[in-house]
Amino acid sequence: MTAAGWETVIGLEVHCELATATKLFCGCPNAFGDEPNTNVCPVCLGLPGSLPVLNRRSVELAMAVGTALHSEVRPSTFHRKNYFYPDMPKDYQVSQYDQPINVGGHLDLPDGTRIGVTRAHMEEDTGKTTHVGESGRIHGADYALVDYNRAGVPLVEIVSEPDIRSADEARAYVNELRAILVAIGASDARMEEGSLRIDANVSVRPAGSSVLGTRAEIKNLNSVRSLGRAVDYEVRRQIGLLEAGEKVVQETRHWNEDAGRTSSMRSKEEAYDYRYFPEPDLVPLAPSDEWRDAVAAGLPVLPADRRRSLAAAAGVAADDHAVVTVVALGLDDLVAAAVADGADPRLALNRAANEVAAAHVAPADVSATGFTTVLVMEGDGRLTATQAKQVLAEVLAGGGDPVVIAQARGFEALGADALTGVVDQVVADHPGEWARFKDGEAKLAGFFVGQVMAATQGKADGKAVTARLRELASR
Amino acid sequence: MVHVAVLARLALTDAEIDEFTGQLAAVLEHAADVAALDTAGVPPTAHPLPLVNVLRDDVVRPSLDRDEVLAAAPAAESGRFKVPRILGDAP
Amino acid sequence: MRHEWAPVTAVEIAADVRAGRRSARSVVEAHLEAIAAREPELHAFNLVLHAEARGAADEIDRRVAAGEDPGPLAGVPVALKDNLATRGIPTTCGSRILDGWRPPYDATVVSRLREAGAIVVGKTNMDEFAMGSSTENSAFGPTRNPHDPSRVPGGSSGGSAAAVAAGFAPLALGSDTGGSIRQPAALCGVVGMKPTYGVVSRYGLVAFASSLDQIGPFAATVADAAALLEAIGGHDPLDSTSIAGPAPRVSGVLGDGVEGLRVGVVRELTGGLDPDVAARMNEAAAALAGAGAKVDDASVPSVGLGLSAYYLIATAEASSNLARYDGVRYGLRVDPGPESTGDVTAMYGATRAAGFGPEVKRRIMLGTYALSAGYYDAYYGQAQRVRTLLIRDFEAAYAQFDLLLSATSPTTAFALGAKSDDPLAMYLSDVCTIPSNLAGHPAVSVPFGTGDNGMPVGIQLYAPALGEPVLFRAAAALERSAPR
Ligand SMILES: [Mg+2]
Ligand SMILES: [Zn+2]
Repeated sequence: MTAAGWETVIGLEVHCELATATKLFCGCPNAFGDEPNTNVCPVCLGLPGSLPVLNRRSVELAMAVGTALHSEVRPSTFHRKNYFYPDMPKDYQVSQYDQPINVGGHLDLPDGTRIGVTRAHMEEDTGKTTHVGESGRIHGADYALVDYNRAGVPLVEIVSEPDIRSADEARAYVNELRAILVAIGASDARMEEGSLRIDANVSVRPAGSSVLGTRAEIKNLNSVRSLGRAVDYEVRRQIGLLEAGEKVVQETRHWNEDAGRTSSMRSKEEAYDYRYFPEPDLVPLAPSDEWRDAVAAGLPVLPADRRRSLAAAAGVAADDHAVVTVVALGLDDLVAAAVADGADPRLALNRAANEVAAAHVAPADVSATGFTTVLVMEGDGRLTATQAKQVLAEVLAGGGDPVVIAQARGFEALGADALTGVVDQVVADHPGEWARFKDGEAKLAGFFVGQVMAATQGKADGKAVTARLRELASR
Repeated sequence: MVHVAVLARLALTDAEIDEFTGQLAAVLEHAADVAALDTAGVPPTAHPLPLVNVLRDDVVRPSLDRDEVLAAAPAAESGRFKVPRILGDAP
Repeated sequence: MRHEWAPVTAVEIAADVRAGRRSARSVVEAHLEAIAAREPELHAFNLVLHAEARGAADEIDRRVAAGEDPGPLAGVPVALKDNLATRGIPTTCGSRILDGWRPPYDATVVSRLREAGAIVVGKTNMDEFAMGSSTENSAFGPTRNPHDPSRVPGGSSGGSAAAVAAGFAPLALGSDTGGSIRQPAALCGVVGMKPTYGVVSRYGLVAFASSLDQIGPFAATVADAAALLEAIGGHDPLDSTSIAGPAPRVSGVLGDGVEGLRVGVVRELTGGLDPDVAARMNEAAAALAGAGAKVDDASVPSVGLGLSAYYLIATAEASSNLARYDGVRYGLRVDPGPESTGDVTAMYGATRAAGFGPEVKRRIMLGTYALSAGYYDAYYGQAQRVRTLLIRDFEAAYAQFDLLLSATSPTTAFALGAKSDDPLAMYLSDVCTIPSNLAGHPAVSVPFGTGDNGMPVGIQLYAPALGEPVLFRAAAALERSAPR
């Protein structure tokens, strides 16, 4: 994407809501979509006199994130980050500052590119503010309404090194991170529900330079697609400025999805001074070796290793698009089960990466038996590719036995013998075309397949028809 | 001091700013002994107790009744706390 | 001060009520009468809970009649500092900014007192957000010293100290961040004790400076203070800084005496005392020696740095703790007016400017400054290192001594208004009490005679962390040897 002569430098800050039952410091439910201000208590409302008590599960999930990212899991402390904003009940955020729980680490993209991880620290989420007014936007709003259900939900903020070099890499990083977070059960990582949120630090520099350019921090990236678009826009904007002899200003910029551009967020800019100091209401975390080992031992096989296994089974490269998709969606167990039961590995991989993925069904809700049966039926010619897709769609939508579904749709009737009979009859009915075909007019194969399809109401497998034609012609 | 008052969200009068500036200078002068102390090698004490790893189980406890919560608020609307318009994004 | 019809001690009341010799209701009525007689003059309370107290007393009497255990403090009236959250009952912290706020929950100490059978008779006046040493910084007007109403009761828990001194309740709770229990106890002639940090849960104590705050007892006698500490102390899972284990057992050791105990008089805190206070301190040391203790001079060299370190740490934490009073979720909201930008930031500024009094604003400003960019290391960071030095000095002293001793306050109770215009002079009232908060150690103030003006003098005893048993043992001995 980057114009010749320039290099793009991107670092990402990803806020991930942890999949705990309760909030970070109180027993209120950590739930999305409930009625406003129903999951609140003295602690997460910051009522005078209330005190935080740290959720053990959130610590374990944060340690799991760090372990999966090859970070060093260290003793840590919480600080207060002081600033006023209505979505923060205490007007400070409890966050980890100079002693975060996870330090260093890396994430390998499917193509093997290694992106460094600076840190992955714990902090509390804020509430949600709705701006009310004619425009529905922050500017020009008449007033705002605040819901504290999200206030105090546990977050891990994963900060990458500025190792990302393109919008594609940024997308790949987020997709891989999301796959890891889902795989280890740390988060549902749903960007549409805000449980994964991304800020991008973007700068450009002359190709070959090792000095970092001035960066802009882009906020309001609500999807991986927005991330890619925003990075592309911002890179063009910055190169444009620099090529015009102007300077990039270090600032926070807001991505506007509709307009397809970033804009400066500076209002009456006040230099932030967060006055960090150690949170006196909490004590330090000092995970023992045993605890760290237990967390590491509890981690499942990570996506990179799963891609390697799947790619080996299907005989494709580890960064094959279908492999990446299947692992990202957690469908690799489904594919492995089908292959073990006799399905063609490539076919299983592609059906999972395309048809199953498109159905947006949770992996646990996909019938492995149904999936396998469809693939086996397709593999031995009982179903055409088109028929197999239709049967699979029905299996995914509501379940059911593929054999029954195929029968109900009238798909199953045309076995290999019946097909041979139809092809032979069509050949006998068209001697002139057959002679020309035998003489080498190969495109007439299409004519015969069409005739067979017409005679069978489309139930014939095109490949099988072609094979029978070749067989007859070679006699 | 004006910057400090802005950080602290205190709309002080000019008279208050003047008064506090003088008084804070006196207190900080008294604190000069602390500021000037050679503390090389002395670790800070953030906390009088040597406790670590104080944790609770991830078990849901009852939340408060929303009506009671919002009844305490200076203004509320549609189940939410109502505040004057916000001019800037959160940092 | 005590009305003749009021029973002498909490321990006696509880014993009588538990045995059915006296009804809790009659105890409550006697104390409400005492309150009616002198409260208008003293203003110890922000709120007296007549109906609630009578209802709770009747419930205790019903339990006694039914043969149920009514708890160790059955029928004992207790006054609560108004920074302890009480469910459904206004909790003001002496501030306009909490106007109308009724907490939806009880502080842990309040729940424990109710379970122990104690009867909450009211919420006591205090310096706003516990910032002060005279209770003149209350938004609701000052409290006066029962021994001489032209004088202050000390602070910030002045209402609780005055309530006990005036016989309004045999027991009261206060909070102590830099001496706010011990100094008013000394000035009002009652016992006031700050436990080891973490012995009493802070859950429901509206925070001033979280790493220094502790709730503790006021009582007319050491034995009553011991009973109250036993009722409120012990681990609380709602406070991460709560120490594991039960409350310290202190009532059983009160008669053990001080024979053989090593008591050190803190040399660095003997200067700067009023001569009459210094004289009582020396007499107290001599009295303990007379009772068999080995008394000698002790040195805690960095104690002189304590005051500055304290004001930097306490105000820094306070500036953050008090940020939440912003007019959004509870309490006061002030409209910034038509000339303002009318946005939420303007509302914050107007609300906080109108809702906080001058001392609170002053400390928020100091704390914000001490934490702000460029000053953190010089002020807050340095103060935390002084804290380390002080703890090391105490450790060295406790290698030689079981207990330390000093005056509680350099002066006896001063006249209202005497120090209002000079914050630094007021801060110096706390010079002897602050070191225990910085170290997290327990300390107690015991009445010991009077000054030249006839006002009470308090003597402070300190012990190392979790040294409550030896502290109470010595406090009881000192009480026995005090002039009457
Ligand atoms: Mg963050
Ligand atoms: Zn909560």
